[in-house]
Amino acid sequence: MLTIDQATRDAIVAHAKRDHPDEACGIVAGPEGSDRPVRHVEMVNAAGSPTFYEFDSTELLALYKQMWANDEEPVVVYHSHTATEAYPSTTDIGLASEPNAHYVLVSTREHGNNDGPVEFRSYRIVDGVVTEEDVTVVPASAEN
Amino acid sequence: MAIEVRIPTILRTYTDGAKAVDGAGATLSALIDDLEANHPGIKDRLVETKDAGPELRRFVNVYINDEDVRFIGSLDAELSDGDQVVVLPAVAGGAI
Repeated sequence: MLTIDQATRDAIVAHAKRDHPDEACGIVAGPEGSDRPVRHVEMVNAAGSPTFYEFDSTELLALYKQMWANDEEPVVVYHSHTATEAYPSTTDIGLASEPNAHYVLVSTREHGNNDGPVEFRSYRIVDGVVTEEDVTVVPASAEN
Repeated sequence: MAIEVRIPTILRTYTDGAKAVDGAGATLSALIDDLEANHPGIKDRLVETKDAGPELRRFVNVYINDEDVRFIGSLDAELSDGDQVVVLPAVAGGAI
């Protein structure tokens, strides 16, 4: 199960809506081993595409170095699908490389850049196997 | 010649869980061969052989002293004692 605070969830959704029709992507880092997503980092989609996302390689290194310095890991890795459901594609599954992360998919296909509900779903992707999990949204992160 | 290589989580099955290992080599190619000798199987996760010869896999990023090797010769990038190498899988995907 993914437990995430309301503000972080809302920020991810806002990012996805803002970047629609391109895919938005980012992470939520948290203390190593804690499974608590606390530090939201929006990343630029270097692919700038409605059907593909990729973190810029230089920004990727900077992000990981920052996490290593903070003893953090990527607790959530998220991206949006802008015309399809919030379910990992074959590409998503093949490229998933953080076995400990919650892969969050947001679909903006229904309301695009506008207000309105979105699909917000979470998965584990390990060795090519996708397992959907419940998402529990809490008022504030556990450390507050 | 010791070169520290930072190993991402997904490849630590090849390094008995170690986050970093030491390797040696005057080029990235030689370093990867050295890693393979001590951690069999790791090379195939980093390199693929195409018609034109071996290439770094498209969705693997390797950095030498913070520089993406694709800008400095890729597998031919030169290494010196004390260099720091980081391997990071791309964070990527898509709708299709």
